Amino acid sequence: MDNIQILIDAPSLALQLAIDGILIGAILALAAFGMALVWGVMNIINIAQGEFVIMGGYATLTLTGLGIPPLLTLPLAPVVMFVVGWIIYRIVIFRVVDRDLFISILATFGISILLQQLINQIYGPDIQAVQSGLTTRFFFDDALRLPEIRMLAVGIVIVFGLGLAVFLKSTRMGRAIRATSQNPRAARIMGVDTDKVYATTYALNAAICGAAGSLIVMTLVIGPFSGIVYTVRSFLIVIVAGLGNIPAVIVAAFGLGAAENYAGFILGAEFQVAFVFGLLVVIIVGRNLLLGRQRKYLK
Amino acid sequence: MTRVRNDYVLYGAIGVAAIAAPFVFPSFQIQLSFLWLMILFAMTWDIMGGQMGYNSFGNILYFGVGMYVSAVVQVGLFYDVAAYTSAAGANIQSFTPSQFLWGLALGMPVAGLAAAVLAAVLGAGMLGLRGHYFAIGTLGLGILAAELAGAWDYIGAGSGMVPPLFPDGLGSRPRFFYFVLFGIVVAAFFTLRWLYSGRFGLAINAIRDDEDKAEAMGLHTRRYKTVAWGVSAFFLGLAGGPVGAMIGFIDPRDTAFAGTTWGVFMVLMAILGGKGTIWGPVIGATIFHVTQELFWTFLLGWQRVAMGALIVLIVVFFPQGIMGWLRERMPERFGHRVEDSPAGPGD
Amino acid sequence: MSVISKSLTVFAAGATAAALMASAPAIAQDTETIVLGAALSITGKYATAGIHTQKGYDLAVKRVNEMGGIMIGGKKFMIAVKYYDDESTPARGAQLAERLIVQDGIKLMLGPYSSGLTKAIAPITEKHNIPMVEGNGASRSLFTQGYKNLFAVLSTSEQYLTEAIALAVKQAIKEGRDPKTLKVALAMENDPFSQDVRLGLVEDIKKFGLNLIIDDKLPPDLSDMSATLNKVRALKPDILLVSGHSKGAALVTRQMAEMRVKVPMLAITHCESAKVTDTKKFGNNAEGTLCAAQWAPSMAYEGEWFGTAAEYTATFEAEYGYVPPYQAAESTAAVLVFVDAIRRAQSADPDKVRAALVATDLNTFYGDIRFSSVGNNVAKPMILRQIQNGKYVPVAPSQFVDGEMIFPRPGS
Repeated sequence: MDNIQILIDAPSLALQLAIDGILIGAILALAAFGMALVWGVMNIINIAQGEFVIMGGYATLTLTGLGIPPLLTLPLAPVVMFVVGWIIYRIVIFRVVDRDLFISILATFGISILLQQLINQIYGPDIQAVQSGLTTRFFFDDALRLPEIRMLAVGIVIVFGLGLAVFLKSTRMGRAIRATSQNPRAARIMGVDTDKVYATTYALNAAICGAAGSLIVMTLVIGPFSGIVYTVRSFLIVIVAGLGNIPAVIVAAFGLGAAENYAGFILGAEFQVAFVFGLLVVIIVGRNLLLGRQRKYLK
Repeated sequence: MTRVRNDYVLYGAIGVAAIAAPFVFPSFQIQLSFLWLMILFAMTWDIMGGQMGYNSFGNILYFGVGMYVSAVVQVGLFYDVAAYTSAAGANIQSFTPSQFLWGLALGMPVAGLAAAVLAAVLGAGMLGLRGHYFAIGTLGLGILAAELAGAWDYIGAGSGMVPPLFPDGLGSRPRFFYFVLFGIVVAAFFTLRWLYSGRFGLAINAIRDDEDKAEAMGLHTRRYKTVAWGVSAFFLGLAGGPVGAMIGFIDPRDTAFAGTTWGVFMVLMAILGGKGTIWGPVIGATIFHVTQELFWTFLLGWQRVAMGALIVLIVVFFPQGIMGWLRERMPERFGHRVEDSPAGPGD
Repeated sequence: MSVISKSLTVFAAGATAAALMASAPAIAQDTETIVLGAALSITGKYATAGIHTQKGYDLAVKRVNEMGGIMIGGKKFMIAVKYYDDESTPARGAQLAERLIVQDGIKLMLGPYSSGLTKAIAPITEKHNIPMVEGNGASRSLFTQGYKNLFAVLSTSEQYLTEAIALAVKQAIKEGRDPKTLKVALAMENDPFSQDVRLGLVEDIKKFGLNLIIDDKLPPDLSDMSATLNKVRALKPDILLVSGHSKGAALVTRQMAEMRVKVPMLAITHCESAKVTDTKKFGNNAEGTLCAAQWAPSMAYEGEWFGTAAEYTATFEAEYGYVPPYQAAESTAAVLVFVDAIRRAQSADPDKVRAALVATDLNTFYGDIRFSSVGNNVAKPMILRQIQNGKYVPVAPSQFVDGEMIFPRPGS
């Protein structure tokens, strides 16, 4: 446990690990917003979430290739992905939206491997990255470090979180979305065009993922097959945070990012992924045991 | 009952065809062996997903455990496992035919039992989960197992493990594995047929239809669920050893715990053929495997695009599977029974 | 039930017909063409390098055929390669190798990409007694299994980065510092190739008595290296060694700069295939990095078919529009080894070709090729190059050096 000793000796490092985790968690939070939205409103667990994220990155890559400064693509990539999401809804998703949750899991899994391969065919299998042009800020004699692009990510998450909350609360479409998520049948009777609501929700999710992907291609790297990581992480966050609770999603995402970083540091990088999935199983089982106990009390 | 007699005619015909196949199509033996594996995957998944309504995404866990346990037993009988798997791999070790056969004969049942015991232990926590929480929890278990196997030096960690290779002097290697896998499938098929035809089948169907009511009726649901998972795990564990030896290299993520390929395929094949029927998974696996082989041959580089599209088509247009579709179309011929009708009688 | 049995029969017939069809289009065994087989990672996690491998094979085939093919007994033979996509998974690779040999009648195999896939395919070729020449399976454990049919044109992976350790020790002595005080950090992907690279390094670290202070195994679906790099920042090693295929190379290049991790010496694998010198992707963050390579265009090798290494590079660039990474070069060399062996054997019969392969003594643009009794190439060393002003400059071993190593790395 030498690694723990290092953390005790250098508290600034412990803080840095947490900050790094939170900054990565911010990007995960975006993908998780979208997943919670689609899950809550449409009762679909979107396995293609990671591919949407990656495609956002490729959108940024393509747009920078056309001469647009990378940072300007941040608002453009979501627009591109909104359209992609809409098209996918119109082709496939509307057919599975009322079905069993399990059917939609498999359908979106199919979409996910199709998209992976399509990206591979179009862009080639190379690892891609885009230089944002932003730098890293250092504090306290280099002891602490904040990359500007990641701070931007945190800012965007908060903007998206607030924006989403306002959108759902006070716009007509937002109210329609909430009504549909509560009871689609009743909403339909009251004159809500649920099909349009679903399409908007799904496209909105793709757009949010697009923003996340745009940030990832500027902070880390992407490849056609690296989406799965984001699907799994956003799923984990939603499970922990619950549906329809935007602040909880942000907290869970930051927490996951930080926990993962600590695990990688203390246990060694080879246990970083194992830790995440161990956590997933423990949380699900633990949550169930907890609920079980509550049920007993009620009796 | 002519129906029973017809059954035996059918079994006889399939049996003869299966035994003749490797002799008639010697160059397709390995693909046919994999076909049996796919059928086993779909059948064992269907115990939980189809008959009991517990959609597991992590059954590949037991297959991988079986593969490793069997390989470790096979090696461990004659050599020191840690030295054998060390990444330096500086020692050449070969196995005589009798060493290989004894190793496999012991390794397979041990692997099957280990998988079943593991299912019982994990079941204590996991089988209390319902719906998609069960699906996701099992998915997590499958990936967790791959990661842990990839970090454990004793079994070769990320470098993988080369199980004892098929020695010379035992005849045709593909044919040997073909018949081992065929045997496992036959054993699994008749075990399941026997289980489904009795109280056990009714009980797990009741759990699928309404677990709370089943419990209220005095059914020990947990006991049935554990047995169902254990049976599924046993056969998967049993198959792990020979498949590992057939492939000749165990990679923790891509061979043993291949969650994103076989782990998902088993679900798809069962759905394609028709969940909750005894023939559905068999038919689904056959169609899926043949289609996949054709895609891989003719659509170099695009095969997964085609595969993705196919998966979407399957679940969108055939959510009831081929058996479900046939039942709807030809209820009089396909054993349309009252309890299978989604709408119920007189609806 | 009779319908079921009938439909099953029809189904079985259909399946059989489909299976037969599958084998039909296998490239017709024209008497004029020798078909080599390869299962390659065209998709999946190794696809980047898998495609380089394919291009390397294709270029060799094209050149050999353009120059008149192989003359056997006064008759001209062309060569061709039949590919399948193994999707970077060993299970698939083993199946496809079996299919190439049994169904498509392939008698001579080319290797796949990566040690893991080669590990999965070697038992199959061995069982069928089909010789396989490979240029991309470097793990040492491949050559301890007693395979008689495996021939590798490359240096085994434990040698990939050891040159960097030697260089660090030399540098320390030059500065009058005791090499035993050097601190080394390793971040190696948890896969057969990188773990073998690690093993070679650990042996050398012991040999020189250096201190190994970080020894991380990176998960293969790695997306963020900050946990490991934070450790590096805290413990300040003198040399950091990273091996993680193209993704590892890309991540370390990017995150070292972002996190301003200062290490005087950084040595990694797969610089070329990750294109770390591409300023659009990475700025000039890769400056000063030491890159291990099997081969480089600047090397002074020369041979039949392609001429010098530089001429090969020009040919490749004209065909595909980029400088060939060593993965492409070694794949081309694998084909040339087969061509040479077939010509000397005057036959494409596997047994005769194997006998000829054992006796291979070939000079190529890729380097000299002679196989040891276990099948690895013992005639060619690795090369270590440093990125200086966006260019690769060879800095070790001594016979290739044409520049001074910049020490410490800029920015550290």
